[in-house]
Order: sequence, then C-alpha cells, then structure tokens
Amino acid sequence: MDNSHTTVVVGASLAGMHAARTLRTEGHPGPIVVLDADPRTPYDKPPLSKQVLSQGWEPEKLTLPAATEDLGLDLRLGVRATGLDLGTRTVAVQALDGPGEVGFDSLVIATGAAARRLPGTDDIDGVHVVRSLDDALALRAALEASPSRVVVIGAGFIGAEVAASCRTLGLEVTMVEALPMPLERVLGSEMGAVCAALHVEHGVDLRLDTGVESFETIPSDDGRRRVTGVALTDGTTVAAEVVVVGIGVALNTSWLEGSGLTLDDGVVCDETLLAAPGVVAAGDIARYPSTRFGGLLRVEHWEHAIQGGEAAARRLLADARGEAPVPFDPVPWFWSDQYDRKIQLAGRPAPTDEVRVVHGSTDEFRFVALYGRDGALSAVLGMNRPRHVIQLRGLVEEGATFDEALERAASL
Amino acid sequence: MRVVVDYDLCESNAVCMGIAPEIFEVRDDDFLYVLDETPPESARAKVEEAVQRCPKQAISIAED
Repeated sequence: MDNSHTTVVVGASLAGMHAARTLRTEGHPGPIVVLDADPRTPYDKPPLSKQVLSQGWEPEKLTLPAATEDLGLDLRLGVRATGLDLGTRTVAVQALDGPGEVGFDSLVIATGAAARRLPGTDDIDGVHVVRSLDDALALRAALEASPSRVVVIGAGFIGAEVAASCRTLGLEVTMVEALPMPLERVLGSEMGAVCAALHVEHGVDLRLDTGVESFETIPSDDGRRRVTGVALTDGTTVAAEVVVVGIGVALNTSWLEGSGLTLDDGVVCDETLLAAPGVVAAGDIARYPSTRFGGLLRVEHWEHAIQGGEAAARRLLADARGEAPVPFDPVPWFWSDQYDRKIQLAGRPAPTDEVRVVHGSTDEFRFVALYGRDGALSAVLGMNRPRHVIQLRGLVEEGATFDEALERAASL
Repeated sequence: MRVVVDYDLCESNAVCMGIAPEIFEVRDDDFLYVLDETPPESARAKVEEAVQRCPKQAISIAED
C-alpha cells in the first residue's frame, strides 16, 4: 500500500473501529475514512442494556478507545452509506448536508445490524428497542419516570439484561417469550430453564409460550399514540407505560443491494472475510465458511467483532504485501450480565446436545456445564464461573472430545 | 512496563486470563489477581492484547 491508497470503513462500531485501528497500527500509510450513520462518538454497546440503564453511566464512559487514540483516522459521523458501486469503487452516502460519494481502493463493510421492531408500532410512544446509545438514553429517561410496570418482549439476552436492569431499579417487570423456554434454541431447554428461573427468583412475571396480540394505547401528541398496556395471546392484558422489544436484529445490508456482493443472511465472504477483490466484511454482518463448525457462520458477539475487524484488516494488508491470507475461524464466545450473575458461553451448542453440569449447582446459579455432540465438546456454559469457562474454552479450540473435557473439568 | 487494573471497572470476565494466565488470574472468589505487575518486555504483546480485549477496558499499561 502506498500513501495514496485509501481505505473506507463503513461502520464505526466495534468491528469497524478495530479494523481501522489494525490497518493503521500494522502498516496502512494512506487515508483511512470511517463512516457511520450514528452521529455519536463511536461507543461500546454492551453497557447499553446494563450500566447505562441501571448504573447511570454517561455516554463518555462508553467511548471506544480507538475513537480517541491518535490513529489519524478520517472519522465522518452522521454519514449514512446508501449504495456501493464496485465498478467505480465508490460508496454513495447521505450526510446531514446532502448526498455525496466517497471513493476507495479498499473497503471494510461493518454496518452491523439494527434492532427489529414489531410491525405497527412506529407511531406508538413508549415502545422501545435497545441497540444504539440514543435508544438506551431514551429508555433510561422513560425508566426514570418510574413506570408502574415494564413489559419486555423477548427473553433473549438483550431482553433478559433489560429485565434485570429494570428489576435492579426496583421496577415491576413482565417478560414475554414466544418460546416454551427462553434461549432454548441457543442453550437447549434444560439450561434455558435455569435462565428462566433466575428471572422468576428476582421477581419477574415471566410469561412463556406467549406472544403479543396487540398494544393498548391512548392518543398522544401529533397524532401519535402512547402505550398503556399489552394484550397477550394467553388472554391477559398487562398494563404498562414502557415496553421494550428485544426480538433480534435486522442486518444493515440494504445499501449493498445491487452491488454484486452476495447477500444471504449477511455479506457472504470467503474464509478470510474477503467478499470481493479489495472488499472485506466484519462483525455481525459477515457470514463466512467455518472449517471448525462446518457451513457458513455469522456471529453477533462482542469479541468476535473485534477479532473479525482485526482479521479483515489483516486480509487487506496481506493482499498489499503479497502474503498468504490467514483464515478466520475463532471459537465464538460471549457473556451476559443479569442481576449479580455472569453468564458466559464459549462454542456453538445445539439444542439437542448432551448437557452435563460439571461444577457447582444450577439451583445456586453458580455452575459450569459442558455441551457434547457426536462425542466432541461443542460448548462451555458458565454462570458466575469465569475462570472455568475461560480455561475450558481452550478445549473447544483444541477440538477436545466430550470425555476429555469431562475429565479435564473434574480437575479444575 | 507495569500492568494497571482499574478494579472499579473490572467485572472478572477472565478474558485477560485466557490470553496471559501467567500474569492474570481470576480465582474462585471471582476476583482478578495480577500475578506479575511488572512482566518482562517479552510479554508486552500479550499484555497489549489483554488491554485491547478486556470487555470493560479495565487494563492499561503504565511505563515507569
């Protein structure tokens, strides 16, 4: 890469900022332009459903280090990518002062995802999602008004963390989950039941196997409505002034349509995160073939976004140096903090895996469980057992058998 | 190089222990202990990785 080689990074969240940082610190001398539709200084997202809601963390505390490091990045915030032309190598953008385009030699795609909303709720005040800093600050303001009850729709990790934050603030919470057991598609029904029990123990009114029928509203300003309750498919209606929807994400790929890139539940890349010559993807949006797990993988975890950003940057650097690119295939890992419990999961469990608790007890919400599939260790789950999870994660990386892992766990 | 941990931020994810177990140890009390506050220069890359990967940005390196 010479001094005129320009790389554009679209998305200034974790993956994009780590890609930009890695490019600069590992030898990209030319301009690095980082675009993001979000006008806020690039920030870290895990605290949005926790510390921002229940511990009063202010936005400055969330700033990503790469946003303040002296990396010579051309950071353009409040600039939304609207199109990609691989022929002219330009990104079409919409900035506050109008449309424009940004040319590139190399491109990093890291636009991530947006929170999915329930249809028909756009004109209802009091219905929140938690994805951006502004989302979290709006929800915090609503919680500070001491609502009589908060309804959380979806008992996945975001919903569960929001429910825990609300209970920590002393608010009444009803959590509604369409599945018979929360997280059963991720953790299986046995461990899903443990996660459910944690919330019941903390006073959450948990409604499983239940969906939303409709929202009850009263007229609000400007022809809008304000939520007053949620009618559920179990026939009950729950009165609430605040509703939080945590039903997953929709990927921000619309700007890539018609670009020629393969879009199929993400930007489809090769095993080095390359999506087209000189174009890489990273973070929630990247879907890549995994030798370790088989098939195409797309992962929405925090550390995976860092690793992906770094790997995508190194892919571009390897190209420029004529070096062989290194395949990207780490063991996915994440954590979720709920109440005073830390849930950690390393690996890719399947709901049908064998689950064995090898340390502690699920009744005390302090344990380690191993997941086995076809004789191999597929995942490690821990609740308030970080040391064990981190040590056993290495076994997933090594491709240990389930029996080896059970033996090793017994000696920790 | 001196390893500095902000224990107000640390929430014992043990990521650092996964990267450099000879320097960072999360014990059964769920607290992080720094085993070697002034690790040799040869450990710098690992410590820097731990700084970058800490989910709470609780680790830093002081040069003194």
